[in-house]
Amino acid sequence: MSNVFRAEGLGKTYPGVRANDDVSFAVEAGEIHALLGENGAGKSTLVKMIYGLVRPDEGRMALLGTPYAPHDPRAARAAGVAMVFQHFSLFDALTVAENIALGMENPPPRAELARRIAELSQGYGLPLNPARRIAALSAGERQRVEILRCLLQNPRLLIMDEPTSVLTPQEAEILFATLRQLAEAGTAILYISHKLEEIRSHCDRATILRQGKVVGTVDPRAHSARELAAMMVGAEMRLVDRSGRKPGAPVLEVRGLSTADGEGVALKDIALSLRTGEILGIGGVAGNGQEELLSALSGETATTPGTVLLEGRDLSAAGPEARRRAGLLAAPEDRLGHAAVPEFSLAENTLLTAGTRQGLIRKGLIDRKAATAFAQQVIRAFDVRTPGPGTAAGALSGGNLQKFVIGREVLGRPRALVVNQPTWGVDAGAAAAIRQALLDLAAQGAGLIVNSQDLDELLELSDRFCALNQGRLSAPRPTEGLTVEEIGLMLGGAHGMEVAHVPA
Amino acid sequence: MFRLEPRTSAPLVWQVATPVLAVLATMIVGGALFAAMGFDPLAAIRTIFWDPLFGPAAGYSRPQLLVKAGPLILIACGLALGFRAGIWNIGAEGQYIIGAICGAAVALTAYPLDAFWIFPAMILAGALGGWAWGMVPALLRNWFGASEILVSLMLVYVAQKIAAWMAFGPMKNPEGFNFPGSRNLQQYDAASNPELIANSGLHWGGVAAVLALAATWFVMSRHVLGFHIRTAGAAPRAARFAGVRPERLVALCLGVSGALAGLAGLFEVAGPAGQITESFGSGYGFTAIIVAFLGRLHPLGILLAGLLMALTYIGGELAQMMLNLPAATVQVFQGMLLFFLLGFDILTRYRIRRRA
Repeated sequence: MSNVFRAEGLGKTYPGVRANDDVSFAVEAGEIHALLGENGAGKSTLVKMIYGLVRPDEGRMALLGTPYAPHDPRAARAAGVAMVFQHFSLFDALTVAENIALGMENPPPRAELARRIAELSQGYGLPLNPARRIAALSAGERQRVEILRCLLQNPRLLIMDEPTSVLTPQEAEILFATLRQLAEAGTAILYISHKLEEIRSHCDRATILRQGKVVGTVDPRAHSARELAAMMVGAEMRLVDRSGRKPGAPVLEVRGLSTADGEGVALKDIALSLRTGEILGIGGVAGNGQEELLSALSGETATTPGTVLLEGRDLSAAGPEARRRAGLLAAPEDRLGHAAVPEFSLAENTLLTAGTRQGLIRKGLIDRKAATAFAQQVIRAFDVRTPGPGTAAGALSGGNLQKFVIGREVLGRPRALVVNQPTWGVDAGAAAAIRQALLDLAAQGAGLIVNSQDLDELLELSDRFCALNQGRLSAPRPTEGLTVEEIGLMLGGAHGMEVAHVPA
Repeated sequence: MFRLEPRTSAPLVWQVATPVLAVLATMIVGGALFAAMGFDPLAAIRTIFWDPLFGPAAGYSRPQLLVKAGPLILIACGLALGFRAGIWNIGAEGQYIIGAICGAAVALTAYPLDAFWIFPAMILAGALGGWAWGMVPALLRNWFGASEILVSLMLVYVAQKIAAWMAFGPMKNPEGFNFPGSRNLQQYDAASNPELIANSGLHWGGVAAVLALAATWFVMSRHVLGFHIRTAGAAPRAARFAGVRPERLVALCLGVSGALAGLAGLFEVAGPAGQITESFGSGYGFTAIIVAFLGRLHPLGILLAGLLMALTYIGGELAQMMLNLPAATVQVFQGMLLFFLLGFDILTRYRIRRRA
């Protein structure tokens, strides 16, 4: 086998951070090569250098044996490197073909392009109608548009940035079948992820990054997920402690909760019963009503009488403050601008939700000393890495701010807590700490609802599991004994897609 | 080449430095403008910024400083509350006029009665009038989503027409030889707003401005309401999450800023202006917008900015008299000041880097 891509001693320094240090690895033709690492390990920087978005400070790259130093993505594409980003850049109002044409240097005539799209999509088991509007497509289908856009360039190296984070398990299987087919046709694939299981089952080799350096390139199939994680984190993964919890009496009851059609997804007749000491996991791809459910429970959106009851008290008519006073707390997924105000200091950010419960606001007056002290308490208890309570929330890294936001609510001793995407964009160490904090809170007798896209996280945390799909909540099932396939079906299966036909 | 790089937080140094830079740039560009028009730039700048306070005629012009700064500060305090929350009341001028008309209406109805309650009743009426005029855009925004910027601005012109109607019609002085304009309240003791200390320029409006400054400081930095206002301006979703009801905040901010503008109008009509005339609105409501921004929406800044803007008014008049500078000079100056302030403001949120 021959190297399609080779990096030698790549280095990149940002002010205060050594993002990449002496990174060397090679991707061979026909392989799916994983790039594995925690958030902040330097994966993004490395990929940006390969795609011409960032120029390395040191080191060399070679593509197909010739020196390769792209100064912009266009040069990278011309050389045969294509990339599918985690976040799609598609115009909702345009069709598949129009979107693809927009990204091309010299788009062929409409009919010719549509024919080539149809041809390619059939050939790779990615059924897609070129005339459909993007707005009507599921996340998985949108990703196919991005992939097709890349394939039309006949890339020698295809970079995929955390492609399965938006997919259901079935959609992910289809994706892997396509990638395998591409690899067999000779394309080298660089696959970025931090999901260990999918890398173990689908990738040929894995290069592991830690703190900007290559830890090693290994055969992922020869190692257990725990061993890979240990290499990634640099220490044995801490196992969460699920002990000490006893589901008790119902604490939060939701009955027939529906919301009006607004900008997002309308909730449709949601019913659930949460008991003390219990964690109810709600799975689902983002955009299926997770944010709307949190807003309806936190009191941000008005709810009809008789739909939200905390310990038998009807809170449906109450606003966010009254619900918090009663003991119903929430931690939204959007940290900057929803759960916290980026311009405000951490001390001021405690006032958003902890004002009354911690006595930081009394008779309308703000007790700044108490706010600073409480912020300090959160920082200490949750190991938030920051100079102090006076630091602006926006200056914290995602993981640290998330620890602060979760800590602020957990220390509020809620009766029931609703958390959305608790470890989204958080590195493995911080994620473990957050999960443990949530489990401890449940052990102390609170009821928790955890909305997450991360199925492993939900299986690890929750006692019961239900799926949220287009505003509807499925009936809960005990997590014990639930398989990933069953969960996939609960999540709405494959959105009516057929499984790719992969030529033998 | 240079490029702008966003800062994570706005450093205090730049927040203080940009208004100062804006004033300096206004002086320099203004001076260049005067030179181009054939005036001596140094003399003009000195006449505008120095002579009103320390020049030969300072004895006359110095009290004018408080007379002009009072209404500007009073109005700017109210505007700052809303601006912090992202609620843009551009129509303080209209609320100022309506407040004056309502206050004057109480006085003219009571005339010639001499009673202690008349002046307090006028204050109340002035505040209520301004509040009501401010509530119109608030309610239209809450009910129909109408832009409070446009509605409040257009209501200024409605208020000006009402002032003209009052001066020519219902409020016309019956003993005024058919000249347009109401009775002069300065000559009606029970309703007048006199200078409290001789030759100081201080009247009740100045006192109200100081109280408003203190109240603004208290609300913005110590009270949960100020926290909610700042949160709503910085991150509307976080504000809703904290329990802020946006409609209430809109009504509160437009109502309060309207009431303060109405008060400013009342103190003006009962004091320095004396009567409702067709041209009662003299632009304080618009200039106060500049005062609020120049003062960084902070009480201390508003105090300084109010005094500075008052100075440009007085200095501009002086320059007209002494140097024959055109009357539009003041407006050009004030406009330039806001322009430079907004321009330099970019330095608080971005840093300039040389492109590698």
